[in-house]
Amino acid sequence: MDGAGADTWGIIGLSLKVAFWSVAASLPPAVGVAWVLARARFPGKVVLDAVVHLPLVLPPVVVGFGLLLLFGRNGPVGSLLAPLGITFAFKWTGAALAAAVMGFPLLVRAVRLSLESMDVRLESAARTLGAGRWRVFLTVTLPIILPGIATGMLLSFARSLGEFGATITFVSNIPGETQTLPLAIYGFTQVPGGEAEALRLSAVSVAISLVALAASEWLARRGHRAGARP
Amino acid sequence: MIDVDIEVRRGRYALAARFATPAPVVALFGRSGSGKTTIVQALAGLVTPVSGRIRVGDATLFDAAAAVNLPPERRRIGYVFQDALLFPHLTVRGNLEYGERLVPAAERYVDRAHIVGLLGLGPLLDRRPASLSGGERQRVAIGRALLASPRLLLMDEPLASLDIPRKAEILAYVEILRDELAIPIVYVSHSIEEVTRLADYLVLVSEGRTVASGTVAELMGRADLEPITGRFQAGSVIEARVAEHDLDGGLTALDFDGGRLLVPVVDSLPGERVRVRLRARDVALALAPPPGTSFLNVLEGTVTAVSARKGALVDVTLAVGGAVVISRISQQSCDRLALAPGRRAYALVKAVALDRHALGFA
Repeated sequence: MDGAGADTWGIIGLSLKVAFWSVAASLPPAVGVAWVLARARFPGKVVLDAVVHLPLVLPPVVVGFGLLLLFGRNGPVGSLLAPLGITFAFKWTGAALAAAVMGFPLLVRAVRLSLESMDVRLESAARTLGAGRWRVFLTVTLPIILPGIATGMLLSFARSLGEFGATITFVSNIPGETQTLPLAIYGFTQVPGGEAEALRLSAVSVAISLVALAASEWLARRGHRAGARP
Repeated sequence: MIDVDIEVRRGRYALAARFATPAPVVALFGRSGSGKTTIVQALAGLVTPVSGRIRVGDATLFDAAAAVNLPPERRRIGYVFQDALLFPHLTVRGNLEYGERLVPAAERYVDRAHIVGLLGLGPLLDRRPASLSGGERQRVAIGRALLASPRLLLMDEPLASLDIPRKAEILAYVEILRDELAIPIVYVSHSIEEVTRLADYLVLVSEGRTVASGTVAELMGRADLEPITGRFQAGSVIEARVAEHDLDGGLTALDFDGGRLLVPVVDSLPGERVRVRLRARDVALALAPPPGTSFLNVLEGTVTAVSARKGALVDVTLAVGGAVVISRISQQSCDRLALAPGRRAYALVKAVALDRHALGFA
């Protein structure tokens, strides 16, 4: 691992890009799954619930290995997507996918909680006022659960920034492509004299986390004011 | 015209409702848990019956046989919930506009400025629901439902979560709506005061069934329905018209089909219709007009029924002209006067028993 050649800004940029895309891509399915878990009743709901929460309890390495099997070049999903130009193996997109899977349960949980604590009769009220299901979702449900979504996004963003095991197993530790902050820090701790650089990147991690925390706090407050129950 | 004939099943819960009336204000009356709310939810389309039909005006909203089941958003039925359910993320203005914007301009028949004025919402427009009082919230909820230009307004216990002064305030607003806008209203309540004040037509709901329906005066006069209309509230309702005021004496004379009633002065013009609720326990009976009495109201009538004994008490029903008066007296008095159907008798009512809680303006 050639730690000394690493470009700090490049690592930060890659980490933010991976974390951003992992949250952005997992948000719509997470809201959908949260809605299904909170509102729908169907056989097999327990199974869906368990599958969603699996990454929370499995060793990350196992998740990464699973992704490698599924999305690798010869994996059942990877080989299907490859002709479409979508590849994950050893690419930054793979790091984003790994981070998304690891952060998914946190996002779903936060959104589901706020869906469950919301008064569903507000949706009935909106429908009697002439709004169809989709309009109700977009104009009533979504704004009301916004604080929950913000919390979930922060949690999964933080999880993505810190994701290590699944990423290194799935897409390895390639500088400039898949080497996010934790991977870079790990790399520096493995070479003699890399402690200073590791410390520097750790400080950067702390700073990014603090900013994200403050931003989400601010968002949640705003959302809470707007969404306060009567 | 509202025409409902439905059967609803939810798990073990079953409800059968049937009534039809052209009356502009229909009250669904019954105890909590009797099924009133389920009926209005079915009207709104929030609950789907297993069979039957629902018609409002000339529109069929639900017809199991014809596989018609309009979704709530296409029924155009305003729903005022017990606890307002304003959208917390919108201002009062946003709440009012929500349904209004979804009505095609051609079908909009309610004017926002008019409703805002009528319900006194002007000063509230920029506020958030969280900062409103219970009464204000309920007014906004009523305005929001009306601005969607509904063909029917459902009010599900709109006063239940309010304190007494707020109740009176909202009740007055509902009376204004009834008189100013020609929107039919279905009003759900377990309060006989609200029902007699507001409604023309009454549907009694008990244990998941509509047990009787008819005009308020008809049903309140029926002793057999008393378990539902309420033992301690038992009484009858008389439709009357303001005849004249005697301001010095502090009394108003009301004319009804059967005579004249004197009540503490009411705030209405001569000619206006008034509904008087006569509680059975406020009515005494005599075989002849008593000389030298403090009873201002002495109504001559014929006994039509004597109820079975309830404890020491019986209810005697009198026909006074076209009106029904019920008197609750002791079994002993009943025996002494030998009251039986067909006998002439005089109903004695103190004017002060007819306070403003007993009066409704129709």
